Amino acid sequence: MNFHAIAAIYKFEMARTWRTLFQSVVSPVISTSLYFVVFGSAIGSRIDEVQGVSYGAFIVPGLIMLSLMTQSISNASFAIYFPKFIGTVYELLSAPISYVEIVISYVGAAATKSAALGLIILGTSFFFVDISIAHPFMMLLFLALTAITFSLFGFIIGIWADNFEKLQIVPLLIVTPLTFLGGTFYSIDMLPAIWQKITLLNPVVYLVSGFRWSFYDVADVNVGISLLMIGVFLAACLVIVAWIFKTGYRLKS
Amino acid sequence: MPAGPPFSDKDDAVQPIISIRGLNKRYDSGFHALKNVNLDIADGDIFALLGPNGAGKTTLISVICGIVNPSDGEVRVDGHEIIADYRGARELIGLVPQELTTDAFETVWATVSFSRGLFGKPKNPAHIEKVLKDLSLWDKRNDMLMTLSGGMKRRVMIAKALSHEPRILFLDEPTAGVDVELRRSMWEVVRSLRAHGVTIILTTHYLEEAEQMADRIGVINAGEIILVEEKNELMQKLGEKRLTLHLQDSIDTVPDTLARHELDLVDNGHALLYTYNANDKRTGVNSLFRDLDSAGIRLRDVDTKQSSLEEIFVDLVKTPTPEPAADAQATAKDNA
Ligand SMILES: Nc1ncnc2c1ncn2[C@@H]1O[C@H](COP(=O)(O)OP(=O)(O)O)[C@@H](O)[C@H]1O
Ligand SMILES: [Mg+2]
Repeated sequence: MNFHAIAAIYKFEMARTWRTLFQSVVSPVISTSLYFVVFGSAIGSRIDEVQGVSYGAFIVPGLIMLSLMTQSISNASFAIYFPKFIGTVYELLSAPISYVEIVISYVGAAATKSAALGLIILGTSFFFVDISIAHPFMMLLFLALTAITFSLFGFIIGIWADNFEKLQIVPLLIVTPLTFLGGTFYSIDMLPAIWQKITLLNPVVYLVSGFRWSFYDVADVNVGISLLMIGVFLAACLVIVAWIFKTGYRLKS
Repeated sequence: MPAGPPFSDKDDAVQPIISIRGLNKRYDSGFHALKNVNLDIADGDIFALLGPNGAGKTTLISVICGIVNPSDGEVRVDGHEIIADYRGARELIGLVPQELTTDAFETVWATVSFSRGLFGKPKNPAHIEKVLKDLSLWDKRNDMLMTLSGGMKRRVMIAKALSHEPRILFLDEPTAGVDVELRRSMWEVVRSLRAHGVTIILTTHYLEEAEQMADRIGVINAGEIILVEEKNELMQKLGEKRLTLHLQDSIDTVPDTLARHELDLVDNGHALLYTYNANDKRTGVNSLFRDLDSAGIRLRDVDTKQSSLEEIFVDLVKTPTPEPAADAQATAKDNA
């Protein structure tokens, strides 16, 4: 293992966060807080409880998930896309560093950032709504697994993207809609029967449900299935990354 | 010279630090950028890879450094096969690519330290300091890269390549678009690296540059290595001159009294060709004229022609095989 290289890339990526503190931390915290203010304090008091949880508290896990996923993707995709774009990737390709080490350092840094952001948003939410955490360990496990999985997914997008538009398109057009339709703002048993079935095709449903279960001990789908789904997605991303590096796809000619 | 790839004539010398056998590169577009390249580079040499734009210089370097996948063939760096043992190979190499690419918001110190870490070396501020001072970057160490001029950025890229104390340094077109001062200081750095045993491979399409710096010169054209030779031998060729004696009256044979000058009768007997080396102590020109006079041969005109490296190069590049230059050399030797 080239630990010096992993440390160098990880440190480089974390330093980038401090330079872009506003964009990568402050702005998602503020925008999520707005949801808490609007749905938690203002409208939330007029909405019935969902599954025995006040509406303001009910939406917190889903909103954290939303930030976690979009930030993981944008952090990791940008981290690998940018060196390709400006050409500094030559150094990475010519260094005595394995693909596993490259993935560990980039995905590790992106996941660290988004997990930290998720915890900051969680901390912020205490100011606005009354929440409790029934299974703290499972909560952290979901947080970490989601951060890692989506950072890996972002890494793949960053390698695949050959322009800035492609970089934005997946988080904007796929992840955000799936999250909004994935039970962040409602329990899926509030949907008509047919939509309950269709919704189960949305992978984000399992993440939000599992994550919310770790807070309030209530879930749309079985927690074991939620964990399994993350595992499947993680495995799929790993397979794709392995293939990318084996072929040098979009990295080497 | 035997047909086939022009190998080193120092086969019995120490193991080469870079050894390339049967290397081919076909890009996805189908373009055959490297054609059966065989090349050895000796440890401690400054090797200049000379060739016109698009010859495949960058491609060759990129394959050795791991940036471009070879299609087939084998490359070893100090015995380490570049794919099976990429760590062993790449640890030894520092690369300064042709394009000027740096981060924007990093400081000079941070980016050079980053490179050292990337190549698996523990922190060594003293070494980074030395590299930055050697390249006159010390004053700029806390400056952000985006604030530096192009020349300074080029220095930073060299500093990055030297950060991990490589044994081999690749400089891809190091002086393209570089001002005189930087060029000079770059050569100083290169010479001092060489004095410390670092092997340097540079590419250029300027003959002058190869001539000034290199121990050995390889010429590449259209993906083929067409000549590899000691610089001094090439320079010897450079000293070769042809004196053409245009005759007042044509002759059928060269008179016996002129035999020792080994003249060639050309132009249907209207001219005599004398080949000599201007670098020799005795060129034989004086005695040739004396003998011509006593043989009663009257001259209409004379002209001399020097085969410059440029010419040798152009010659080589125009023709697919290195025959012309090799023949000229052989003739000169036979005559000697
Ligand atoms: N990624 C690529 N795909 C297809 N052709 C390429 C690629 N990179 C370089 N080439 C072609 O390969 C040839 C050699 O290029 P290069 O090695 O950059 O030459 P040099 O460095 O000697 O100027 C050129 O004709 C160039 O157009
Ligand atoms: Mg080039």
